[in-house]
Amino acid sequence: MSTQSNAISEPFQSQSITPAGIPATRVFYWAVRRELWEYRSIYVAPLAVAAVFLFAFSLSSIAGIWEKALRLNPARPQGPYDMAAGLMMITGIVVSVFYCLDALHGERRDRSILFWKSLPVSDLTTVLSKASIPLVVLPLLTVAISVAMQWLMLLVSSAVLLVSGMSVTMLWTNLSFVQMSLLLLYHVLTAHALWPAPVYCWLLLVSGWSRRAAFLWAALPVVAIAGVEQIAFHTWHFAALVGDRLIGAAAPTVVSTSPGMFPTDPMTHIAPGSFLSSPGLWIGLAIAAIFLAAAVRLRRYQGPI
Amino acid sequence: MTVESMACIETRGLRKAFGATVALDGVNLRVEEGRILGIIGPNGAGKTTMLNAILGLTPYEGELKVLGRDPWNERDQLMRDVCFIADVAVLPRWIRVAQVLDYVAGVHPRFDRAKAEGFLAKTTIRHVSKVRELSKGMVTQLHLALVMAIDARLLVLDEPTLGLDILYRKQFYDSLLTEYFDRSRTIVLTTHQVEEVEHVLTDLIFINRGRIVLECSMEEIESRYVEVKVRPEQVAEARALKPMHERQMLGRSILLFDRVLDQKLDREQLARFGDVRTPAIADLFVAVMGNQSSATQGAGR
Repeated sequence: MSTQSNAISEPFQSQSITPAGIPATRVFYWAVRRELWEYRSIYVAPLAVAAVFLFAFSLSSIAGIWEKALRLNPARPQGPYDMAAGLMMITGIVVSVFYCLDALHGERRDRSILFWKSLPVSDLTTVLSKASIPLVVLPLLTVAISVAMQWLMLLVSSAVLLVSGMSVTMLWTNLSFVQMSLLLLYHVLTAHALWPAPVYCWLLLVSGWSRRAAFLWAALPVVAIAGVEQIAFHTWHFAALVGDRLIGAAAPTVVSTSPGMFPTDPMTHIAPGSFLSSPGLWIGLAIAAIFLAAAVRLRRYQGPI
Repeated sequence: MTVESMACIETRGLRKAFGATVALDGVNLRVEEGRILGIIGPNGAGKTTMLNAILGLTPYEGELKVLGRDPWNERDQLMRDVCFIADVAVLPRWIRVAQVLDYVAGVHPRFDRAKAEGFLAKTTIRHVSKVRELSKGMVTQLHLALVMAIDARLLVLDEPTLGLDILYRKQFYDSLLTEYFDRSRTIVLTTHQVEEVEHVLTDLIFINRGRIVLECSMEEIESRYVEVKVRPEQVAEARALKPMHERQMLGRSILLFDRVLDQKLDREQLARFGDVRTPAIADLFVAVMGNQSSATQGAGR
């Protein structure tokens, strides 16, 4: 090809042809908004789960089921609040998995990829905007909704206590909301965004590659490797590894204290230093980057299916 | 550095194979700016593959420059100056009209939102509607409104009016010509409804089995091809002049002559046999393709 002979003249041409382009950050912003338009479940699902939980919590508060937790357990007054946050994290994981499996598949299935590719948005921008949903948008949304829920729960509990003529002092003094929120933010960003990044990026890659049954193609290699490992060595290390990554349970984000302690427990000693210096994190991120690069390259070749 | 008039599209030996099937077999083409080129060919001739290569949607062998760029490696930059409408409705069905306007305005530096709103105001399309709620004709109108509001230098249309009724089809080409086209833009289109674009085009190529079999401007067609409705008693005499094609219509023989093959033929001479006119593109297409297939069959067996 005559790329070299044109190399000199091209910068001049493109300068005269192209007006001041749109900043990459603005294009990225619109690419993310487009994802939120297409996949409304990203925010509808967590909000729906939160609404159902709040409704149930209000009912049970009025019925006095939480009374014990509210008043009689000063050692662990945050029980229901932890439950709310935990529920949001699980919802976030479920939504992320379903989103990733469809993100690069849906646009090929409905042929709209031809429209998206007719606009000056690069494959890199598109793939990164899709990856940002499980890695940035959903974690932040999870924290925001959890914190909002916890405040609403506190208001409901206070109202119930006041109406029944009891003091709310203990409830308000025993809960340190700011600390809980900050710990939650730390936990979600580390254990539910950075740690599972390779899993989400793998799902994105498969959704950009498979023609149908993306879930099957995503799960098949994991099942196959786990099966071979079980037959050969009678161990389940690989399956446990993938599971840990997805759930974020084994992420080395805290100095382990007592098993089963909730990550936003005030007694938790967070360990950002050891998390950021753990090889597991960086190996995972490197693998995630490889999967993303492959997805970008793949999208160039992909048309409607 | 020599400054020559830059071609809008330039290909040399453009080739593309899907496994053993050759979709494009060494296409050489040069499209100057300001032309309206129609690519005509039977199904599977390689039309869409050629457009996909021009749009950077498929890798290829050979040389290809579109507005001085390599489409496969610079698709996103190229799309600032190129627009396309593919052969099927490709606007996402879940998107709202207002959202698609927001999005294109957000990512496209040459999109004039007010202009698009102006086009839409002439239709019955409402901003709150989702694409899935619009009829096929309205989706095409919406896509056309988006595309016409982009100040592009090249517009590529692949069967843009497929599946539309005759009113929408006519309206489509009318708006394109009156409100969009000016001499600085280039339009490349493919269609099966040849008769509808006949008066729109400035240039024409026939493509078959991945090769260009005819490439000429519309003026050339007028000067080069002559169709004669021969009176029955003169058919034998006219046939002796070796027409490139002959067909029957309402009991009369219609002979098509290619003046390049025989320079001595002129319209006055042919007028002796009957009414003389310039052939319709559809008839010319049938004639050229008919000769093509008989030629390849003759060569092959």
